[in-house]
Amino acid sequence: MDLTLWTYEGPSHVGAIRVVTGMKHVHLVLHAPQGDTYADLLFTMIERRGERPPVTYTTFEARDLGADTAELFQTAVREAYERFRPQAIVVAASCTAELLQDDPAGLARALDLPVPVIPLELSAYRKKENWGAAETFYRLARGLAAPKRERQQRVRPVCNLLGPTALGFRHRDDVLEIARLLAALGVDVGVTAPLGASAEDIARLGDADFNVVLYPEVALPTAQWLEKAYGQPYTRVVPIGVGATRAFVAEAAGLAGLDPSRVDVEGNSRLPWWSRSVDSTYLTGKRVFVFGDATHALAAARVVEAEFAFKAVGVGTYSREFAREVREAAAALDAECLIADDYLEVEAKVAALHPELVLGTQMERHIAKRLGIPCAVISAPVHVQDFPARYSPQMGFEGANVLFDSWVHPLMMGLEEHLLTMFRDDPEFHDGAPPSHLGRTAEALRAPCNAEPPVPAPASEPASWTLEAERELKKIPFFVRGRARGNTETFARERGFATITVSTLYEAKAHFGR
Amino acid sequence: MNARVPLDLRPAPDARGCGPSPVLRERGQREVFCGLTSIVWLHRKIRDAFFLVVGSRTCAHLIQSAAGVMIFAEPRFATAILTERDLAGMADVNEELDRVVARLLERRPEIKLLFLVGSCPSEVIKIDLARAARRLSATHAPRARVVAYSGSGIETTFTQGEDSCLAALVPTLAEEDPSVGPSLLVTGSLADIVEDQFTRLFAECGIPRVRFFPMRAANDLPAVGPNTRFLLAQPFLSETARALEARGAKRLAAPFPFGAAGSTAWLRAAADAFGVAPGLFDAVTSDARARAETALARHRTTLAGKRVFFFPDSQLEIPLARFLAQELGMVPTDVGTPYLNRQLMAPDLALLPAATRLSEGQDVERQLERCRLERPDLTVCGLGLANPLEAEGMTTKWSIELLFAPTHGYEQAGDLAELFARPLVRRATLEV
Repeated sequence: MDLTLWTYEGPSHVGAIRVVTGMKHVHLVLHAPQGDTYADLLFTMIERRGERPPVTYTTFEARDLGADTAELFQTAVREAYERFRPQAIVVAASCTAELLQDDPAGLARALDLPVPVIPLELSAYRKKENWGAAETFYRLARGLAAPKRERQQRVRPVCNLLGPTALGFRHRDDVLEIARLLAALGVDVGVTAPLGASAEDIARLGDADFNVVLYPEVALPTAQWLEKAYGQPYTRVVPIGVGATRAFVAEAAGLAGLDPSRVDVEGNSRLPWWSRSVDSTYLTGKRVFVFGDATHALAAARVVEAEFAFKAVGVGTYSREFAREVREAAAALDAECLIADDYLEVEAKVAALHPELVLGTQMERHIAKRLGIPCAVISAPVHVQDFPARYSPQMGFEGANVLFDSWVHPLMMGLEEHLLTMFRDDPEFHDGAPPSHLGRTAEALRAPCNAEPPVPAPASEPASWTLEAERELKKIPFFVRGRARGNTETFARERGFATITVSTLYEAKAHFGR
Repeated sequence: MNARVPLDLRPAPDARGCGPSPVLRERGQREVFCGLTSIVWLHRKIRDAFFLVVGSRTCAHLIQSAAGVMIFAEPRFATAILTERDLAGMADVNEELDRVVARLLERRPEIKLLFLVGSCPSEVIKIDLARAARRLSATHAPRARVVAYSGSGIETTFTQGEDSCLAALVPTLAEEDPSVGPSLLVTGSLADIVEDQFTRLFAECGIPRVRFFPMRAANDLPAVGPNTRFLLAQPFLSETARALEARGAKRLAAPFPFGAAGSTAWLRAAADAFGVAPGLFDAVTSDARARAETALARHRTTLAGKRVFFFPDSQLEIPLARFLAQELGMVPTDVGTPYLNRQLMAPDLALLPAATRLSEGQDVERQLERCRLERPDLTVCGLGLANPLEAEGMTTKWSIELLFAPTHGYEQAGDLAELFARPLVRRATLEV
């Protein structure tokens, strides 16, 4: 029994729904109790989809348990087929239905429908959403892909884009951006899947020369199988950030047998100059905490130092499947690593590390809001405002431009920070004055965001501040004061000091000084 | 993402009038929340209660998806997620539960009342949460009480979760001192501000002992007995009403307090039961009633004559259809409800236009076909259906707001009408 407050990932069947909802002419029949239809609103509300997910739920109730839930399931499959006429039907059980052991696979096959039936085993009590998405995609590919055949002679090489799903963080725009990038390089996209693919498209996955794995969480098992079954190599680099996009171009060119230096693919890449221009000097060494799914956390970890000259103080993920990679990335950056799906653990880590910027999911956005730290969202789970109307990819060169804007915007502008330090005693720049462009009142910034503050972890008795030291602390700009206070108290505690004097403050400053 | 192949619709039974008229009973896919969703408002109401769902990752994800939008902190609800170890019997479920509860109470010293909330998986594998609650209550008394109820989807839809929760509390209520006079128990979650408004009105009418259930503080449980008269503020409390009646309390029948007329009729049921003079009642309510009527008049121009179609959701459908028809001149075509309790709904049903078609239960695909055929001016439905229907050119009101927003009583009558008017005004305003 695991106690859970907020979850980063939904159950595995939600992963299956993400896959089929992104697709065309594929229908999922989910054996599930009344209430599980809540999943529809993730797509219709958060992603603003104008169509219901192509999912039929059996919505059995207690009275059905005494009767025949198996028959209920068969009726649901038959009616779903007749009503929607899909090219393929996927059948699965949600957590409760798994306990009933009705065998959706056998029941659906017994109906002898004229379309392929793909059964899923979703292991609801062991697995989670991203695994469910990966498993569904893999089963669809296994179940629908046509036998290996001779590839046609083509002028331009062809690849598939694998991994985007419904409800994915910026998947819609990443797909466009990467397809454009590949087109500029001279590579055509055969099938993009699951997002936008029909069952017939899945059947021709094997026709491409190689595969591009955009989101390893979803696409890796399928890409590995396609490599084995069709001899298609796949890309390892996820093109987020300028450096990774360049590496991706080189990798894709290699797989396609093209010379990447022949074409200018960088076009409107602005991040390098934006980062080098002098206004960005103030970004140097800003302490950043990174948390998200493995794809985006790893990418952000790579980018924060190499492309923003930030300092990563913490790097973490809720994708336990990729814990090793994330640990290595954190170690390489000399940052603390956190593999966790407990939101409170993440909050405690953020509070302890005093970052100046948090890059995370919607959970971290709330954590950061509560702690008064600027934040940008880089990964699912996200909320409705992270499905922007405008084109806003994370991948490719335009994606890097988007990263620059969206990560720097929450911070105080360089000149503003400079002026605040210079004029901090002026009335306009007093302690509580918030950054002007954030348009929040000082009260709002200082006030906790919710009436229910977290219970602080028990700590040993902190050293007390002398009046003079407290006054000196107030002279430190407010946006670094929390860290100064924390560092000084840590410094004092480690040395067993009972009181903090002005000199303790400066000793700590020298000790921690970056 | 699928082609739609329309099926033949079963002929609808003639709607000859609502009281005894035939009801279309539907079975098929139900597009409703389960009872766990009630935790979203119940935990805001009882401020020192904690709701521990014993369930699966799906349960946690459901509550988060329904509520995460609105609140985000360390919430007073959580899910004890059953894992393979629990199912395979490698871990003793009761020991696990004791461990989780002990940790929780240690971490949250302010919690006085802990609900163990049953879910679909806990019901299917037959975890006896009632027994666990008795054991845990004994362990943690007097620090915290533990009460169990089921919010599972196999037993409850959406608002029935509150019914199940309150019904579980009724046996724990103290026996009311029979020597004191009659008391009034307003039953069903109301926004605090609405409670305060009703409290003032009852006090001005001279009704002495008025209590609200659920209560704001866990240790402030109302007493109940044969002298208790109870007035339902929410229509979905069948089990709770039965449990209160079993304790000797008497239910005051009334339409539910939506709008000016609804609020008046509801308040009057209490006034009559407590022998309030009609003149005093009118004097007390006339100002607020006039304010409500003025507020409603503003929206009547938008709403009058418009046809409204309700998908089943919260059991509020019938009282709200009554409000829209009687007080704003709307024409309810279809009124779907997940579960129809004729007795509790009788006063509202009697006020519905005779041509209204009632349906109980749900077959969402057939309802959608019916809705498309009827092309109502406004469709009231859940969040899963609203945008898809809007994309088909229909105007919708998402129903969950009708529960989460303060809507009862005179002072909220205009706000309630506006919830229905806004989508129509918006569609008329937009030029894109």
